[in-house]
Amino acid sequence: MPLALFWFFAIVMLVGGIAVVSLRNPVASALSMVASFVGLAGLFIGLNAFFVGIIQILVYAGAIMVLFIFIIMLLDLKTEEKRAPKLAPVLGGLGIVLAFTIQLIGVLSKTPDKAHEPLDLVAASAAFTERSPGISTKLKEGHLPDVNLIGDTLFNGYNLPLQIIGVLLLVSTIGVVVLSKRQAV
Amino acid sequence: MASLHDYLLVSGLLFAIGLAGVVLRRNIIVMYMCLELMLSAANLTLVAFSRFNGKNGLPDYDGQMLVFFVITVAAAEVAVGLAIIVALYRARQTIHTDDLNSMRG
Repeated sequence: MPLALFWFFAIVMLVGGIAVVSLRNPVASALSMVASFVGLAGLFIGLNAFFVGIIQILVYAGAIMVLFIFIIMLLDLKTEEKRAPKLAPVLGGLGIVLAFTIQLIGVLSKTPDKAHEPLDLVAASAAFTERSPGISTKLKEGHLPDVNLIGDTLFNGYNLPLQIIGVLLLVSTIGVVVLSKRQAV
Repeated sequence: MASLHDYLLVSGLLFAIGLAGVVLRRNIIVMYMCLELMLSAANLTLVAFSRFNGKNGLPDYDGQMLVFFVITVAAAEVAVGLAIIVALYRARQTIHTDDLNSMRG
């Protein structure tokens, strides 16, 4: 990804994040969070992680933020906006950001950097000639079959975690139904 | 081309913004959104390392697998957390953390 495009998406993401924290209206916060996630998805796609970038938009910007906005609509939050922010938490938050940024720059200046090297797809295709000819031919043609490779890793290398995550989703679905049922008082 | 340090700097800044939001906002829903921002910043770090530490000319897909699982767990967590917030609002008619002080010693 060209450097200008990287900084464009990074600034969209960071400005969205700052808007989430600083805007007083929760709906405005939720919408700027969508902008932040779109910028983040752009960065993912620039890192050749196409599947993760699309999932970021579909799951986060599509599903999770709609859930947030739905809950904001369900609860009447008009009165929450009028409170003045307290000085101590604001100073604490800014202090945390400052300390964290200084530490981050300190750590990054001491560690070796890595340049963005292009992927060597033709060399990678040799490893897949026997196991998956479809992936191998796509790699030889110079395309990155990102979804195929992730599916291969997910079902061959991470089969047990995948099934455990399925159980987790089932448990959370049941939990949400139990929690949102109106209790008989 | 952006280097690894650029990605790590940007994701660290996003994490710091999320952390500051959790500290200084008093609305539980906005605090929750800031938690999601922090999770996403961690995801960006994982994807950047997976791309820059490639194996055999491909990105290291183990890192992207972890991102996949983090996104799934975050979706489940948001669903349960928002259900808890709705239950809390029904019980106390507020989601402002300054008003939720019944466990203060």
